[in-house]
Amino acid sequence: MPANEDLQKAQRFREAALPYLDDVYTLARYLLRDASDAEDAVQECYLRALKHFDSYRGPAMKPWLFAILRNVCNAEYARRAHRPSAIEDMPGAAEQTPIWQETEASPETEVLRSRDAGTIRKLIDALAEPFKETFVLREINNLSYREIAEAVGAPVGTVMSRLARARAMLRAAWTAEEEQAR
Amino acid sequence: MNCDEARILLHALLDNELDAGHAREVEAHVASCPACAAELAAQRDMQRVLADTNLRYAAPASLRARIEASMPQPERRQPTRRSVLRGFAMGSAVSALAASGVVAVVLRQDDQQRILSEVVSAHLRSLQAGHLIDVVSTDQHTVKPWFNGKLDVAPPVIDLTAQGFTLVGGRLDYIDARAIGAVVYKRRQHVINLFVSQTSSTEHRPPKTQTMQGFNCRRWGERGLNFWAVSDIGNDELAEFVDKFDAAMKANVEE
Repeated sequence: MPANEDLQKAQRFREAALPYLDDVYTLARYLLRDASDAEDAVQECYLRALKHFDSYRGPAMKPWLFAILRNVCNAEYARRAHRPSAIEDMPGAAEQTPIWQETEASPETEVLRSRDAGTIRKLIDALAEPFKETFVLREINNLSYREIAEAVGAPVGTVMSRLARARAMLRAAWTAEEEQAR
Repeated sequence: MNCDEARILLHALLDNELDAGHAREVEAHVASCPACAAELAAQRDMQRVLADTNLRYAAPASLRARIEASMPQPERRQPTRRSVLRGFAMGSAVSALAASGVVAVVLRQDDQQRILSEVVSAHLRSLQAGHLIDVVSTDQHTVKPWFNGKLDVAPPVIDLTAQGFTLVGGRLDYIDARAIGAVVYKRRQHVINLFVSQTSSTEHRPPKTQTMQGFNCRRWGERGLNFWAVSDIGNDELAEFVDKFDAAMKANVEE
């Protein structure tokens, strides 16, 4: 029989953390690109979060959960022998490439056609890390730059440049996909 | 400001992350640089399309149930050894309800249809590989105690093998945003999910069958519990299952 304070803690944790289950699961789906791996990772994330809930001091629950999920996903990347690179270990070279080269190939005034959610999800899935992660946190999970910085443990300036690069890459991929679809 | 800086800062402008001073600087650059202006317009356009598209994923109900089940649960009265041995702790379920003082949910009429559709969805989910059973056993004395401590209610687990419905196990599911017990039976190769939840009403509600997405769902209420039996077997066979279950349950209580 669990002690009373454990129950109270679990109840507080439920109220604080469970409303973000869809957010955490969404990020896990994009990071791991596999529904069942994502479920396992999210469950592990919530187990760890409950365990460390005592030391949680805020400020925001969502970035805190995301930070835990990232750790779980990094362990999963390590486990996948065929995909050795963790989010942290991506080569920095990609980040140093000038951003504006990406979009020059396509006519810049062209308006993107709306695509179905499945197509757009695939385009996002194909983005390289750490750009995808930053993009999903901003565009889909609606975190502020400061919250993203907190979740990924990087300076805000890095978040900004990753986001700019992610959007440039996505737009290039999107345009290329439209060319193919024609 | 040069183009390299503007190409990064224009995103912060789009995201409303810039203070007034920096925002003015970016706008001033964009006003004088057609290339950066085009980039800003293109990114704004993409952001608008993205905002109009649902790119989120919904966590499966089974995941929510798994997480709920892994957390410390509120105290529940443990069934007595005798009731476990009897394999059916109806009395214990009712007294546990009273003892826990849980506010039972009264279903509104307009909720019924939504819940029916959730029940059918839960049945469909259970048919996906690996989702059917959390505790695999044809023994009611194994399945029954497995639910202890996982739910607010002790679902009656009755072996109906002799009556032609094989008990294959139990599972936690999630219906109407609450954890719920599912007892799984098989009739030939057909799966029958029997969902059990608590209700505030202790009166008997006669069984009623509804059909949704090609599945039959027979629903009834008895002694503070709501039951939904869902399967793709025919109406007659499902009614037979419910009759036999109900008879066995009454026999257990009167024992």
